[in-house]
Amino acid sequence: MSGGVDSAVAAARAVEAGHDVTGIHLALSRNPRSYRSGARGCCTIEDSNDARRAADVLGIAFYVWDFSEEFHEDVVEDFLSEYAAGRTPNPCLRCNEKIKFAAVLDRAVALGFDAVATGHYAQLESGADGLIEMHRAVDHGKDQSYVLGVLTQDQLARSLFPLGGSPKSEVREEAARRGLLVADKPDSHDICFIADGDTGGWLTEKLGGSAPNDGGEIVDHATGEVLGTHGGTVGFTIGQRKGLRIGRPAADGRPRFVLDIEPVSGTVTVGPREELRIDAISGIRARWCGTVPDRLEGTVQLRAHGAEHRARVEVADDGDAVEIALHDPAEGIAPGQAAVIYDGTRVVGSATISATARRLSGAGR
Amino acid sequence: MTDLARTPRRVYLDHAATTPMTAAAVEALTGQLTSTGNPSSLHASGRHARRVVEESRERIAQALGCRPGEVVFTSGGTEADNLALKGLYWARGRPRILATAVEHLAVLDPLHWLAEHEGAEVELLPVDAQGRLEVEALRAAVERDPEAVGLISVMWANNEVGTLQPLDRVVEIASEHGIPVHTDAVQALGAVPVDFAASGVDALTLTGHKVGGPYGVGALVVRREVEVTPLVHGGGQERDIRSGTIDTPAIAGLAAAVEVAVKAQADEHGRLAALRDDLVARICAVVPDAVPNGDPDHRLPGHAHLRFPGCEGDSLLMLLDAQGIECSTGSACNAGVPQASHVLLAMGRTEDEARSSLRFSLGHTTVTEDVDALVAAIGPVVERARAAGVRRGAS
Repeated sequence: MSGGVDSAVAAARAVEAGHDVTGIHLALSRNPRSYRSGARGCCTIEDSNDARRAADVLGIAFYVWDFSEEFHEDVVEDFLSEYAAGRTPNPCLRCNEKIKFAAVLDRAVALGFDAVATGHYAQLESGADGLIEMHRAVDHGKDQSYVLGVLTQDQLARSLFPLGGSPKSEVREEAARRGLLVADKPDSHDICFIADGDTGGWLTEKLGGSAPNDGGEIVDHATGEVLGTHGGTVGFTIGQRKGLRIGRPAADGRPRFVLDIEPVSGTVTVGPREELRIDAISGIRARWCGTVPDRLEGTVQLRAHGAEHRARVEVADDGDAVEIALHDPAEGIAPGQAAVIYDGTRVVGSATISATARRLSGAGR
Repeated sequence: MTDLARTPRRVYLDHAATTPMTAAAVEALTGQLTSTGNPSSLHASGRHARRVVEESRERIAQALGCRPGEVVFTSGGTEADNLALKGLYWARGRPRILATAVEHLAVLDPLHWLAEHEGAEVELLPVDAQGRLEVEALRAAVERDPEAVGLISVMWANNEVGTLQPLDRVVEIASEHGIPVHTDAVQALGAVPVDFAASGVDALTLTGHKVGGPYGVGALVVRREVEVTPLVHGGGQERDIRSGTIDTPAIAGLAAAVEVAVKAQADEHGRLAALRDDLVARICAVVPDAVPNGDPDHRLPGHAHLRFPGCEGDSLLMLLDAQGIECSTGSACNAGVPQASHVLLAMGRTEDEARSSLRFSLGHTTVTEDVDALVAAIGPVVERARAAGVRRGAS
């Protein structure tokens, strides 16, 4: 129970379904006081109190579990090292994979619980093969199956997502009806451990001397011409347009975008928008929700709340890797992001993007 | 259905956190709730209220071996500790404050604040593996520069492990140099004999809800000769040390509770110590590697503090709670985040050892059936908590 409206209603529904429910708030910050004024994170004292009050209203037991060390090592450190290597990670997937549906679930099961219920918007169903299938939420605007795409069958079999069948507006109404005071609390969108939402500033501060470079050149993709310099690649993202501070406009006057980031040399390659378009994706560290397919005609989603792309997926390396061919090009896809693979509304699995390419021009990166 | 209603009978083994009000205290408190009268008013109603307060003060003085005028009512133990530490520090104007490393946060936190904001030089003195102050360390610290020592604060008994401190030795050393001694006797009162005058301390903290009295009321007993700078200014109540309208019902309840607790102390000591020894012996029979924490010779009668190797204290607490058995990990909470107990760390335990401990504290309502219920539950609970393992320690 994060202290937000979704997990409070999820708990309420689990209670109503007849489960013996215990509320758990995860303490994920090693120094809660430092986030006190941030207020938008998921680890503030206020959030903990809100979660406790929701549990009171529901009449369930409530405890705070400290997973701050696990979270720091498995999520925050990973986030930092991924950025340091020039990639763009999604810490929410990582947290679901390593913390909420792993460390927390394992502890809960050992203590005698059967499952972890969360306020994520996704739907679980029993498939024809007897396996648990995960589908997109009814409310596509709120659908969070993307950040759950790392869950395996074992994890899904011990998960409950009571909100997947409801639109968010209904959940808020239900919270108010049940007397849960968090009904009006705004949704959280930012990365929970970056209190002020300034990812670049946070990365610069945290990486400090261990940043991969402290500056480099900004280079034109076609001519190799040096267009400017920057103070470090940390915080640059593929597809980024703003903040490049290139004095000279491009010859054709069109805006330039970050196409590639070379963390060791610190070189940032820029070019026109069409150069961002890719239609081939290599993925590693694949995770599968159920049976591992050989190949699949389906869709992929490449960022949280991003569009669905029709694609052909070839599975390689005994299920550890994927090659994804998009039917139509996608823009601004960065290594480190997750590609979540769907068959209709069903989540098939996911992989971490290791490389992208353009099949038609062959200008791979 | 509420959380509490889920199990029919609660086995309450957390009396060191708070203990039920005694019938005498409830009667004294409620008897005053409907009386009108500010004890500071000059009319008949005021005089009546004042009489209740002063009689209460006298009864407490009688029970504690102090003079009535030495009892300064406060909102509880934390305020009394703050008043003693800040009040004596400011009144004496000497930089050094000596205390043990195992004091309650109501002492440690004001000391950290004084160090941070008021230039105090706070020295926390080591304890032995049983949690008892190293007296020679205190002597050495005092003798390094006795003139600069403003006060010494040493708790009468530790709230977590129940270890009694060698207060007589502390007073002996302090008196050689005329240094005032404060003691937090919140846990000791009613559990062991507490006589203010005989103890030789200059200031003593007590609170109502640990002795069968109401919440939100306590006292600092402070010798008349000792000057204390007030923290709360206003109407000049309580010798001008603690302003604020006097809470007649709470004080009446406190006096009744203190009287009952002190009167029953000798009998309760024997009864609780026997129950506690039985509890520890039977737990150790079921969980052979359980290790009692604390001083076997100098301790409170109702405290049982045990380490369960390989278990997370929080897991044990949760599993026992689910069966209606209530105890404590004895650790402080920071935003609900369990921290390893500073007391156990000061006693030389590792973080993992500290986090695998539980405190069971017995009190005036504890009966053999409570111990039976715990002993019946503890084996499977420990087994399950062990399976859940110990969380990753702080690096």
